[in-house]
Amino acid sequence: MSFLREISPLVRNTFLSEKDVLLRLAAQIAAEIQQGERKDYIEVLDLSSGDLHRGGIKPITFVRQVLAACFYPALLEDDSLPLDVKERADDLLRQCDGGSVGSYTDSCGITKIKHGLSKFITRRDGGVPSSPDDIFITSGSQMALMFMLKLLVQSKVPCQTGVLIPVPTYASFNLALEDHGAVIIPYYLCEEQGWTLQVEELRRALHAGRKTCNPVALYICNPGNPTGHIQSRKSIEEVIRFAAEERLFLLADEVYQSCVYREDTKFESYKKVLSEMGSTISSTVELASFNSASKGFMGECGLRGGYVELVNLDPAVKEYTRILFSTRSSPPVGGQIALDLMADPPKPGDPSFLTFSEEVQSIKNMMCKNACRIQEVFAELPGISCQPLKAGFFVFPCLHFPPRAIKWAKKRQMEPDMLYCLQLLEETGLHVRPGCEYGQRKDSHHIRLLVATHEDIMEDALQRLKTFHMRFMKEFS
Amino acid sequence: MTENGCEHRERVLTMDTMNPNIKRVEYAVRGPIVQRAVQIERELKMGVNKPFTEVIKANIGDCHAMGQKPITFFRQVLALCSYPDLLEDSKFPEDAKSRAHRILQACGGGSLGAYSTSQGIEMIRQDVARYIERRDGGIACDPDNIYLSTGASDAIVTMLKLLVSGEGMSRTGVMISIPQYPLYSAALAELGAVQISYYLDEDNCWSLDINELRRALQEAKKHCIPRALCIINPGNPTGQVQSRQCIEDVIRFAATENLFLMADEVYQDNVYAEGCKFHSFKKVLFEMGPEYSEKVELASFHSTSKCYMGECGFRGGYMEVVNLDPEVKVQLTKLVSVRLCPPVPGQALLDVVVNPPQPDEPSYDTFIKERSETLATLAEKANMTQEILNQVPGIKCNPVQGAMYTFPCIHLPPKAILEAKEKGQSPDMFYCMKLLEEKGICLVPGSGFGQRDGTYHFRMTILPPKEKLKIVLAKIKEFHQHFTDQYS
Repeated sequence: MSFLREISPLVRNTFLSEKDVLLRLAAQIAAEIQQGERKDYIEVLDLSSGDLHRGGIKPITFVRQVLAACFYPALLEDDSLPLDVKERADDLLRQCDGGSVGSYTDSCGITKIKHGLSKFITRRDGGVPSSPDDIFITSGSQMALMFMLKLLVQSKVPCQTGVLIPVPTYASFNLALEDHGAVIIPYYLCEEQGWTLQVEELRRALHAGRKTCNPVALYICNPGNPTGHIQSRKSIEEVIRFAAEERLFLLADEVYQSCVYREDTKFESYKKVLSEMGSTISSTVELASFNSASKGFMGECGLRGGYVELVNLDPAVKEYTRILFSTRSSPPVGGQIALDLMADPPKPGDPSFLTFSEEVQSIKNMMCKNACRIQEVFAELPGISCQPLKAGFFVFPCLHFPPRAIKWAKKRQMEPDMLYCLQLLEETGLHVRPGCEYGQRKDSHHIRLLVATHEDIMEDALQRLKTFHMRFMKEFS
Repeated sequence: MTENGCEHRERVLTMDTMNPNIKRVEYAVRGPIVQRAVQIERELKMGVNKPFTEVIKANIGDCHAMGQKPITFFRQVLALCSYPDLLEDSKFPEDAKSRAHRILQACGGGSLGAYSTSQGIEMIRQDVARYIERRDGGIACDPDNIYLSTGASDAIVTMLKLLVSGEGMSRTGVMISIPQYPLYSAALAELGAVQISYYLDEDNCWSLDINELRRALQEAKKHCIPRALCIINPGNPTGQVQSRQCIEDVIRFAATENLFLMADEVYQDNVYAEGCKFHSFKKVLFEMGPEYSEKVELASFHSTSKCYMGECGFRGGYMEVVNLDPEVKVQLTKLVSVRLCPPVPGQALLDVVVNPPQPDEPSYDTFIKERSETLATLAEKANMTQEILNQVPGIKCNPVQGAMYTFPCIHLPPKAILEAKEKGQSPDMFYCMKLLEEKGICLVPGSGFGQRDGTYHFRMTILPPKEKLKIVLAKIKEFHQHFTDQYS
């Protein structure tokens, strides 16, 4: 018997995702299909995770060519690679010690790449200055979030740190919070209004939170995961004002910033809005904004490239941030390269520009088409409704279960949407995630499915869902 | 006040409100002396006059930065994995292509860009398990006990997180060698764990003395609950390669005292000295029979950053856990899922490292040549380093049996020690700073790694190219003599 059973309670309390059940079933079914067991479908269709490449979308050619040339510089002599690829790779290799991507880099990321990111941010924000010294590159934005939590969170009662997070929110962030010993203070997004953030609800949550812990930070995900909501400028201003009044550190997770579908919708960064709110607020509200190479049209989740930009951080604390980063040596070089290419892609006139812009446009078109198609299909189905899909990788429709269905789930001691997902997977091979994993208002149920996939895969998924859903609703009516 | 004169509301995150554990975190390898080195490099670029033309950074175990070449085969496979169109390119050998193809098949959507499971791609874990079995003479390895990680550091910190609990007198204590690689002390500080230091024996080639372990443990029991024993073999910064007997003794000690063993073996291919051999903790454990192999809990760590690969930037690594309580394993699996997954290029690299070209394959000859040359060069430099440094009066250097560093003992005149203390600097930091300013050589003071009170050291890597290393050693010799004269 291992003494390790007296394991750190912080670890033990971490929420164990129910997705394990679904994952296991999906793997089981895939194995059965492989062994020739007949089902009503020939393969499992996996729309459960925000992984573009896993979903069949090809990586951006320019990115992979540069990566290959950086990994194997002999390719710089190769005729097959376009000139701008070679120049870019050559330039990146010059930033690496010994001209090799195998070297450690600066703990917070290669300086030139941080410069590129700060220029990207300034362009994005219509000229708002950004300093490379405020940018910290990490192994994915999740790591950057965790570093911020390390700085912010004190896990010792009585001043246990609380963090306000939206409901719904993606599961691994919950895990990260619990892992660091933070108290989760949920605030509910308003589904009926398209998953908007209401300040009154923030206020309610904060006051409730203050009774049991010391709320220190407010986490926002914009564009939202799983909701697909994009905050209006007015909403962002309200949140910033709230943070200023209530003395909260803002954690703005903006990894889906480049996935906006609608022409009438625009992403505005928290930094930009903050900078335009008058000097009292703009020079005092502390903000960390996160971005990543995992989302957007690049979808390079596996390379682990992310960064955080820190605004108005105490200089002494920033110094400690640097020390903390240094203990993790340096962020993976593949991820850093991906970030550089995200920040500074091919321009008109560059040899790779045509292919690059075609590939990007095709992904954007695909997501737009899917967003429309989903709304079309859902509009026809009883018992399933969906807020307008504006941005992000997912749709989070609401399931309106008949009372009999709820009873049936209760008998099985499972959340109704989890049971729905399990049945859906079993009967049609479609793998999506249940709303209970993300949090939702009591007695409301949802599923989350990936929108960022090929149109024909989307159509296939929607047909499978439609078939199942009709049958399910009929059975429990 | 802010620049524009507005009054600063008190920030949410200040030194007072920050997680107090963070204040205790230090990491000398990239600490103040390195920052000064970078500053000096900038000054040189701007044309400032200095007694040297370049800064030689012998502070960090970064092989490629110092000119070591990557293994061609590995980079070919990685390029093929990144841009699979190259699989049609006749310039790449078939064995590289077949490995790339196999790796891509194991990746979601056939791409390095897809998330893998948090434990790491299953096929790669299986390959790592087979590698370990081959290395350890056939002792079985379960792929399910392999956790791929973002370099070994990631896995080490994760394991420590799992181990540390309790409050006050029942706070977890973790034994770590002095001197040690400061990731350990930093992680323990961050976690608020109790560091239990055990001294390696400098007079005996930095070997581990069980009596010293026992002493440290007994002392520690008074104020914490010791739970784990960390050992770095081959050693960093000391370069010692532990004897088999020593490893057995440590295992016996861990068994008796109910300690979790953490064996950091990232330098396992870097063994140079005659008569020294790498013995994996796992192998020795199992050869000691079921009394130990069924009981002692062990985590061993390895990485693609060191050995002959030197691929630090890729952040490839793994940990093998042995005899981990199944319930604890569930917690471990959950814990690693928080950071999603290790970088997939690093996982792919690890796969090729454990599946190198075989004698009948086209890339074999080149691969063997490159690997042998790299390791031979390191061995040569290790030898040269200890020889030259031992010729300097006032510097005493133990044999560099393995790893990538030398950690010589430097004798500092009392006047120098006094001046350092007046400056508020540890004496070896004072020494190293002067060496940097006067000769442009960046080393890390021994105080960053830990040392016996009243002794001083520095850690230097043996990585600069041979000719440069000769120059570095000559300069250190000059400097030390001058320093001794200056302060006598």
